[in-house]
Amino acid sequence: MSDQAHFARALLYAELDVPAELCTWNQSDPAVRFAVYRNNVVVSRTDALADTFPVTQALVGKEFFRAMARVFLQANPVKTRVLTWLGARFADFVEAFPPACTLPYLADVARLEMLRVCAYHAADAQPIALQTLGQALADPDALSDLKLTLHPSAHLLQSPHAVWSLWAAHQDLLSIETVDPELAQTVLVFRRNLDVEVLNVSLAEGHFLMQLMAGAGLALAADAAVEHDQRFDLGAFMATLIRLQLITRISNGDMTP
Amino acid sequence: MKLTKSDAAPLTTLPLRAGIGLKSGHFQDVLDSQPDIGFFEVHAENFMVAGGPFHHYLTRIRENYPLSIHGVALSIGADAPLDIAHLNALKLLLDRYQPESFSEHLAWSTHGDTYLNDLLPLPYTDATLQRVCEHIDQTQTHLQRRMLLENPATYVEFAASTMDEATFITEVLRRTGCGLLLDVNNVYVSSVNHHRDAQATIRALPLQQVGEIHLAGFAEQVDGAGDRLLIDSHGSPVATAVWDLYAFTLGLTGPVATLLERDNDVPPIAVLLAEAAIAERLLARAGP
Repeated sequence: MSDQAHFARALLYAELDVPAELCTWNQSDPAVRFAVYRNNVVVSRTDALADTFPVTQALVGKEFFRAMARVFLQANPVKTRVLTWLGARFADFVEAFPPACTLPYLADVARLEMLRVCAYHAADAQPIALQTLGQALADPDALSDLKLTLHPSAHLLQSPHAVWSLWAAHQDLLSIETVDPELAQTVLVFRRNLDVEVLNVSLAEGHFLMQLMAGAGLALAADAAVEHDQRFDLGAFMATLIRLQLITRISNGDMTP
Repeated sequence: MKLTKSDAAPLTTLPLRAGIGLKSGHFQDVLDSQPDIGFFEVHAENFMVAGGPFHHYLTRIRENYPLSIHGVALSIGADAPLDIAHLNALKLLLDRYQPESFSEHLAWSTHGDTYLNDLLPLPYTDATLQRVCEHIDQTQTHLQRRMLLENPATYVEFAASTMDEATFITEVLRRTGCGLLLDVNNVYVSSVNHHRDAQATIRALPLQQVGEIHLAGFAEQVDGAGDRLLIDSHGSPVATAVWDLYAFTLGLTGPVATLLERDNDVPPIAVLLAEAAIAERLLARAGP
């Protein structure tokens, strides 16, 4: 093992001896000094995770969160050098982390929080001009094959848990006592102008969005939604997407602009 | 292509003034109040994202201020090849913002697939010297510009070292043509931690090649023998001893673009601007 490999392993695993080649001017124990690096490596990356996942941390408490983050960082070599993405696979880890299994919704809350970070930094795109949209929607014959492109920041999370309510309760939007975690919810996370928004959509609207994002035409996507819930109102939901500036492109079936 | 000292490109075109780190919490403040400050510095990796507020604000702020882009994750001292994807991301960022200065650290921060997010120390040997120089050559070639290399703050030394830090850095600059980002706080921290004379260390560095100075606050602990152990924490005001060492340095170098670094417990921007004003007074005293 190279010197740096040995150094790096000793940083990550506090039970290992510090590298033998270290020395100090006063012959003091290098382990005390090496602990500064150990602390930096653990604390800086744990802090970065805590910044990304404040609600996840609030749900389990700071001590539990930091212990869980430490295991995640040890068990999952994080390749990214951009700390923003440090938590990209954290939710998957949380889902499989046995001590967190009593909170089955925790992983989806973490997923929602990571999606907020993704939406915040996603590529920019202009919403489609209302005139262009109006023209495209005006031709009833072409309507069913129309394909909508959503803003690059738009991400969908379909959860068997009340992921929106759990998140919203920590934004003072509702009281945590009123939340039934076992209620399935779907959220659309996106950025409008410079602000990330978390929209609680119906399960049917979620199916509609999922189909759109997979490239389905308007008719197919609407069918999927209605199949789930006959009350799905295509017109009203389209109006919502337009109001939220989520549609950036509209095209006919062959995807030419 | 190997860039050398004789290449016409200057090390940096930052103004000989004080600058501050641009923190996301201050984006709107800066746009609204347009503070009188010499330049802003950002960490490259924070802007390696596709779009959104970070690029929105930096684009607008950059229109009105000189910019320094400071990398923290290239891992120039790693015993593995440089990450080409990271170099490409840096190139993209530098092409986009055309900063007056680009700098990185004399340190390593990755091992294998793991990014450790700390600036880790190197033994100063012929082998590490050669590797660091190769990596800097590769970086300067890839980025098509000269870079500044920052001296580290360290907490341990290596029995294997065959030269001191100033000798190592002098040789890196001589071989690669890169400039020095002289972190005066790091010199002070390392001098206390390794019982060296800080002023002698400054004198031993290649001061003609200083393109920028960094100033920051440190935290203080004790080591296993009860001696002072300073931590480069970037979380507090610049210490009096570091201001003194800065004034001493300016006496040798003349005015140099100087950054006040604050990355933790970031206060309101007015506090950072007040600290920058102290540096500007010392810069003015250092003459034209």
